[in-house]
Amino acid sequence: MSEFTVTVFRFAFFILLWLFVLGVAGVLKRDIFGAKRGPRKSRRKSRKSGPAANPPPAPAPAPPTAPPSRAPDRAHPGSIRVTAGPLAGTSLILSGAPVTFGRAPDNTIVINDDFASSRHARIVAQNGAQVLEDLGSTNGTFVDGSRITSPVSLSIGTQITIGHTTLETQS
Amino acid sequence: MMSAPSDQVGRPRPYRLAELALLILAIAVATSAYALVGLGTEGTIPANVYGYAGWLAALGLVVHIVIWWKAKYADPVLLPIAVLLNGLGLAMIYRIDYAQERTGTDAVAVSQLIWMTLGVGLAVGVIIFLKDHRWLRRYTFLSGLAALVFLLLPLLPGLGKTVNGARIWIGVGGFSFQPGEIAKILLAIFFAGYLVSYRDQLVLAGPKILGIRFPRLRDFGPIVIAWIASVCILVLERDLGTSLLFFGLFVAMLYVATSRKSWILLGLGFFSIGAVAATFLFSHVGQRVDGWLHALTPEEYNKTPGGSYQLVQGLFGMANGGLVGTGLGEGRPSMVPFADSDFIYASLGEELGMAGLFVILLCYLFIFQRGMKTASELRDGFGTLLATGLSFTIALQVFVVVGGVTRLIPLTGLTTPFLAAGGSSLVANWVIIALLLRISDNARRPVEEFHTGVLRITEDPEDAGSPKRQGAAGSPKQRAAAKSHGAAPHDLDDDAPTTNLGTTGGER
Repeated sequence: MSEFTVTVFRFAFFILLWLFVLGVAGVLKRDIFGAKRGPRKSRRKSRKSGPAANPPPAPAPAPPTAPPSRAPDRAHPGSIRVTAGPLAGTSLILSGAPVTFGRAPDNTIVINDDFASSRHARIVAQNGAQVLEDLGSTNGTFVDGSRITSPVSLSIGTQITIGHTTLETQS
Repeated sequence: MMSAPSDQVGRPRPYRLAELALLILAIAVATSAYALVGLGTEGTIPANVYGYAGWLAALGLVVHIVIWWKAKYADPVLLPIAVLLNGLGLAMIYRIDYAQERTGTDAVAVSQLIWMTLGVGLAVGVIIFLKDHRWLRRYTFLSGLAALVFLLLPLLPGLGKTVNGARIWIGVGGFSFQPGEIAKILLAIFFAGYLVSYRDQLVLAGPKILGIRFPRLRDFGPIVIAWIASVCILVLERDLGTSLLFFGLFVAMLYVATSRKSWILLGLGFFSIGAVAATFLFSHVGQRVDGWLHALTPEEYNKTPGGSYQLVQGLFGMANGGLVGTGLGEGRPSMVPFADSDFIYASLGEELGMAGLFVILLCYLFIFQRGMKTASELRDGFGTLLATGLSFTIALQVFVVVGGVTRLIPLTGLTTPFLAAGGSSLVANWVIIALLLRISDNARRPVEEFHTGVLRITEDPEDAGSPKRQGAAGSPKQRAAAKSHGAAPHDLDDDAPTTNLGTTGGER
């Protein structure tokens, strides 16, 4: 085969090689974009829900009809994010399936913490609302700083504390 | 209205078709590399090129189908990258075989292809039988022990073999293996399981010296013993590259577990002391350092045992390659000793040039990035640590090898993942890819499908264990245990998951 043909093949090989790299980069880009759309959306919404989460300091920008206790029917959290603790940064979409927290490895979110019980708490969907309930944990589950005694319906921006881990509900 | 679109957006897509397309592209690249080697050396395309392409495609597609079947949400780019790197390595090994006139049973490329088949087989096995990576956490201490045993094997008289001054091989029949490669994976499992259980003690307890909180000796003891033991064995076996790899793995996982930068400082400090000590204590390390610092002096170049001849020939080869290389089969990479194993990076640099080397480095970077992304998406600490550890091993290994070959750091004897000739390393890397695929499937899987079979999300904690236990209760002992749990509900809290795991594991 002539020198020229071999050279053409050689450069065709480089094109294939770089096509592969670009293909991988394309898949990664789509994957990362898919992940990016979530936070951007939730940032917009959390700005909206910011006043709703702590109404006493700034009730003015929110429409008058949004006290947090009546909010859940229109502001269901869509996801939950770990904001502090060893798993900080992890987030999970609340899709209706029960989400469990605890030390046992079969929980959805495994909290490796001596202050967490094996089956500590769970979030279940009830009539469209996301309800957090404590599963008889030793050290308790805290919502916005106070220990819960009965199931609590979650709204956006709620802080849930289990042991050293803090989670926040997001849209 | 608000939650519905976020469900649509956030729902992870499996990307299986993207994987298939990339896989086909990777197989095309590997096959054309093989054909180009034939064109460059003999002037004709090798006769068995279709057989070769078919075999690669069969291996790749088997893994692809198994992923589709068992790990639908696994990362889409890991498998094509592994196939591409492995294919490029095979083509280059075949090319060196041709230059050194190794044919028939001597041909390294043939044995490498056999090892690749074995590695792919093991990877498929891992994906099928390991339903959930968290299952590995139960074997934390067992894998630590197994890692030590694997590391000790080459020291046994009769079984161990000394090759090129390093006693890291075992020979069974005509067949040799480096158990250290498997030990690497086992140690990563051990460190992950150990650090996730003792994280709090490591971070919060212990004396504070110079602004750094040191853990109590009893918390830290086992892991230090494991580390010292593995390093001691490796010094006895005279393989400092692997010992550096283990130490790097240890420090990286400690940093990820505790998120304290002080560990990195401490680790680098320990490492520099060790490196300087090793330079003066062990003659072979001293030779490597001299060959690195004074590589281009005639004394070092001409020194027969342990000079810089190999390193400098590799540099000349890469310089000869330039931007686009000499073309596959048209350079002279076999001038370098060990051109198909330790110096395969230089061989590829000569024939594919910088444009080719960048593709290889980008591929490693992609593997590392996917590993880290997976680690950050996971919902359990064990998986996070394991994914970090596994992808970090690959990254550090690439750094040590490529840094050594390009004379950035002294040369050490590590293998280039997937490229270099060497069966144990190839098999171990395929297992690492399989584990990363399994972990990434778990990380990207939506919650509704989180039910993986091994570890169940129990609907109600009260009867979490009991129906399962009744169902699988072959022994009256278990039933008695169930009864005693009924009496003491607090017991159930701690025991239920383990028993649950045990029965489910047994069913599989």
